[in-house]
Amino acid sequence: MTRVLLAAAALLAAPAFAETVAVTGGTVAIGDGSPPIENGIVVFRDGRIVAAGANVAVPAGARVLDGRGKWVAAGIVGAFSTLGIEDVSGVGESRDVTARTSPFSAALDVSTAINPNEPQIAIERQGGVTRALVEPDTSRAIFAGQGAAIALAGGKDVLMRPRLFQYVELNEGGARAAGGSRPAAYAYLHAALAAARNPAAAGLVDRDVLLTRADAAALAPVLSGAQILLVHVERASDIRQVLGLKREFPGLRLVLLGAAEGWMVADEIAAARVPVIAAALADLPESFERIAATQSNVGRLQKAGVTVGISLVDATGGGAQQRYLTQFAGNLVALTRVPGMTGLDWGQAFATITSKPAQAMGLDGEIGSLRPGRRADVVVWDGDPLELSSAPVAVFIDGVQQSLTTRQTRLRDRYATPQEGNLPKAYDR
Amino acid sequence: MFNKRILLIGLVLALAGCTDDRPKSASSPAPHDAGPRIPEPWSSDPFPSTYRAYPGVPTLVTNVTILDGEGGRIDGGSVLFAEGKIVGIGKDIAAPAGATVIDGRGKYVTPGVIDVHSHLGDYPSPAVQALSDGNEATAPTTPEVWAEHSVWPQDPGFSRALANGGVTTLQILPGSANLMGGRSVTIKNVYARTAQGMKFPGAPYGFKMACGENPKRVYGAKGREPSTRMGNIAVDRMTWAKAVEYKRRWDRYERDGGEIPARDLALDTLAGVLDGKILVHNHCYRADEIANVIDMSKEFGYHVTAFHHGVEAYKVADLLKANGICAAVWADWYGFKMESYDGIPENLALLQNAGACAMIHSDDQNGIQRLNQEVAKAQAAGRRAGIAISDEVAWEWLAINPARALGIANKTGSLKPGKMADVVLWNGNPLSVYTRPEMVWIDGALLYDSKDPKKRPVSDFELGQPGEGDVK
Repeated sequence: MTRVLLAAAALLAAPAFAETVAVTGGTVAIGDGSPPIENGIVVFRDGRIVAAGANVAVPAGARVLDGRGKWVAAGIVGAFSTLGIEDVSGVGESRDVTARTSPFSAALDVSTAINPNEPQIAIERQGGVTRALVEPDTSRAIFAGQGAAIALAGGKDVLMRPRLFQYVELNEGGARAAGGSRPAAYAYLHAALAAARNPAAAGLVDRDVLLTRADAAALAPVLSGAQILLVHVERASDIRQVLGLKREFPGLRLVLLGAAEGWMVADEIAAARVPVIAAALADLPESFERIAATQSNVGRLQKAGVTVGISLVDATGGGAQQRYLTQFAGNLVALTRVPGMTGLDWGQAFATITSKPAQAMGLDGEIGSLRPGRRADVVVWDGDPLELSSAPVAVFIDGVQQSLTTRQTRLRDRYATPQEGNLPKAYDR
Repeated sequence: MFNKRILLIGLVLALAGCTDDRPKSASSPAPHDAGPRIPEPWSSDPFPSTYRAYPGVPTLVTNVTILDGEGGRIDGGSVLFAEGKIVGIGKDIAAPAGATVIDGRGKYVTPGVIDVHSHLGDYPSPAVQALSDGNEATAPTTPEVWAEHSVWPQDPGFSRALANGGVTTLQILPGSANLMGGRSVTIKNVYARTAQGMKFPGAPYGFKMACGENPKRVYGAKGREPSTRMGNIAVDRMTWAKAVEYKRRWDRYERDGGEIPARDLALDTLAGVLDGKILVHNHCYRADEIANVIDMSKEFGYHVTAFHHGVEAYKVADLLKANGICAAVWADWYGFKMESYDGIPENLALLQNAGACAMIHSDDQNGIQRLNQEVAKAQAAGRRAGIAISDEVAWEWLAINPARALGIANKTGSLKPGKMADVVLWNGNPLSVYTRPEMVWIDGALLYDSKDPKKRPVSDFELGQPGEGDVK
C-alpha cells in the first residue's frame, strides 16, 4: 500500500482502470443529500465507486491517497451547458448551439458536434465539474433539438449519453420562436406531437412546412417517454400549462428548466412528480414571466417535495461557467441564515449540483453521487467545495485522474510577471 | 436562454488617485479683459443632485471585525456613526447618550460596497425593449448623451444590490456600443422619485468610452465606420482633434473675451475630459488595445482614469501602474466573446501584485448582488498562485479603490471619521459564501434590515405584483 500525495505530479502518473484507489481521512460529501462525513474513506475500483463513508475498509493493494484536511466529494453535474458545442459564445463561427437557417429543429442532435478538446471543458473540470448536460438553443422553432450528457474528461470519449433529451422552450423565447405568441407555441407543439405519431405523414422540407419528417420522427421517443422532454418554462401559469400536457400525452417524461415562479405552484409540481432544474439565484423580474422570482424558489420547491437541482439557466454568462455551481449552492445555504428566506442545508445544497440533476435526468444510477456502483467521478478539494476559497486538487472521472492544467493556468504562468525576459513571451512556456 | 445583455454593455474605469498626473489646461492664468464671461459650459450643472440623507440615529456597533475599506482591520472593534457621518472606529468606543447599540459579536462591519460599473436603471429589469436605454447606438460617438437621463429610478435591481450585495454607491454608465458612449452618473443606492434624487452630491461626471469588438460590430453591421479596430482608433482621434479645437476656442474666449463660442453639447463633454473635470472610464478588454488607448490619451492630453473589463489587464499591469491607471475587472468571466478569451481568475491578484490600482466591478444586475463573493474568488485564485492578499486589502477592491476611480474617495469608500456613514453589518465574514448583509446604512440611515420586512425597499414596478415585499 503506497501513500501518494495529492499533488499535480501524482495525477499525471495515474494509471487508468484496473486499479483500486482509496482516499482516506478527508471529509466525504456523497452528494445524495446526506451531510458531510468527517474522517471518511472513499474507495473506487475499475472506474466505479465501491464504498464511501465513515466505516469503510481500505482493500488490500489499494493505492491510498491521503485526504486529510481535504474534502472528497462527488463530481459536480452541470445541468445546463454548451460545453463542447461552442468555443466562444460571442463568436458565431465557433458555435453549434443554434442553427438559424436550418430547416430542422427537433431532429438536430448535439452529439454530432461535441468537441472534447474545447478548452472550456478543461477549465470547467478544473473547477470540479465532471459531467454536464449539453443543450442546444432554439432558433426557428420551439424545439431546439436533442441534448446529450457528457463527461468532462480528457481524451476522446466524452460522450456519455447522446440524445438523452429533447429541448423545448414554452416560455417567452418559445413564443417568439413559434411566431410571436404562446398560443402559437402550443398550436405548434400539438401539431408536432401529432405528427410524431405518424412521421411519414409529416410535411416535406418546404417553406410552408413547419415540421420536417425527420423532426417528427425525432419526436416519437418523446411521445413514448423513451426520451425526456426538457421544458424551459418560467411563469407560474405556464408551468401549470406544461403540467397539463400529460393529460393529453401521458407518455411524456417532463423535466422543467428554469421555473422561476415555480414556488407559486410548488404543490402542483410535486403532485405531478415532475423534476425541476431551476435557476439557482434568479431573483429579479428580468422579464414579465419572472415577476415573482426569488432566491428562495429552490428552497420552497424542495420543501414542497419537488426533486430540484440547479443550473446556469438564466444566469449571466450562460453555458460555459459551470464552475459557478458550487458558489450558487453555497448561496442557497447562506439563505438559511437570513430571516424569512428559505434555503437548504449543506447536504441538500450539494445535492442540487450533483445527484438531483442526475436524478431529474434519470442518470442517478450512474452519476451524481458516491454511492456504490456509481461512476467514480471523485473530486478532492482543498476545503469545503461550496466555499469561495476552495478549489479542487484532484479530479477523477470514471476513476481516471484528470489533468488540472488549462489554457488559463498556462496564461497565468506566462504572465506571472508581465515584463518580457530575454525572449518574447511567445517563447515562454 | 442565456443572459445576453452583457454583450453590449461595457465598462469604464477611472482613477481619481491619478488626478495629479492629468494634463493641465492650456489657458493662460492672466486674462487682460476684466469683462464678465460665461463660464466654460462643461463646468455647469444643469441637473443638480437633489439627494438628501434620510434621518438616522447615532449608532454604535460593537464586538465586530472591521475591514475599514482602505487596508485596515480591527478585530473585536466598534464603529460609531452619527448625523450621517462616521465618528470613529476602534477597540474602545463609548456609546454616546441615546445611541443605538448593536452587539455584532461574530459579525463583520465594512464600508458599503461600491460598484464602479453598473447599468441598473439604464438597462433595468424587466429587460424589455421599452426600457432598454443604455446604448444610443445611432452614431459611433455620442458624448452628448448623459446616462442619468436614461436611469429609471424604479429598477427593482437597486433593491437587490442593497439587500443582497450591500451596495451603497454605484456608477451608472452608458453601454459600449459606441466608441464614446456618453457621460456616466454616480448615485447613492437610495430609491427616489427622480434620478436627480439619487445622484451622489458632488461626484464628478465620468465619460464612457469603449474599445474593441462592440463598436466595430455595431457600426460595421450598419456599413459605416468603424468596422475595424483601426477604424475605432481613427474615429476616436478625429473626434478628440475637434474637441481640442473646441476647448481652445473657449479658453481663448475666457482669456480674451469677444464673441461667445458656439455651444456644442458633445464637445462640451470632451472638453470637460481635457480639462480634467470629467473622468474617463474606458471599456477595453485586450492588452494591446489598452496600450493604444494610453498613447491616444497622451496625444490629446487627457487621462484615462480606469480601464473597465480589462480581462487582459494582467498582461500590461506594469503599463497601467506606470501610467497611474486603474483596472476594473470581473473575478473570473472568460470566453464569452473573442476579446475575453484570455480571461483568467488571477487577473485581480496579478494586478495587485504588480502594484497597479485594481478593483472589482459587476456590469451585471446579478453580479452586483455578490461583489463581495467575486472579491473572495479573486483573492483565493491569487493565493493559489502564490500571491497572498489579506481580507482587509482585498476589501479595497470594492471600497476605496472604486471610490478613488469615481473621484469620491474624500466622501466615502472607507470608515474614516467624517466620511459618509455608508456601512454594512454582515452576518459573518463577507468573503465567505455563507454570509449576507444583515443591516445596511447609507449616510447613517438604516435602509435595509434583514430582520425587519419593513426595511426592504419595494420599487413601484413590483408594487401590487406577485411576490411584492417577498424575500428576494
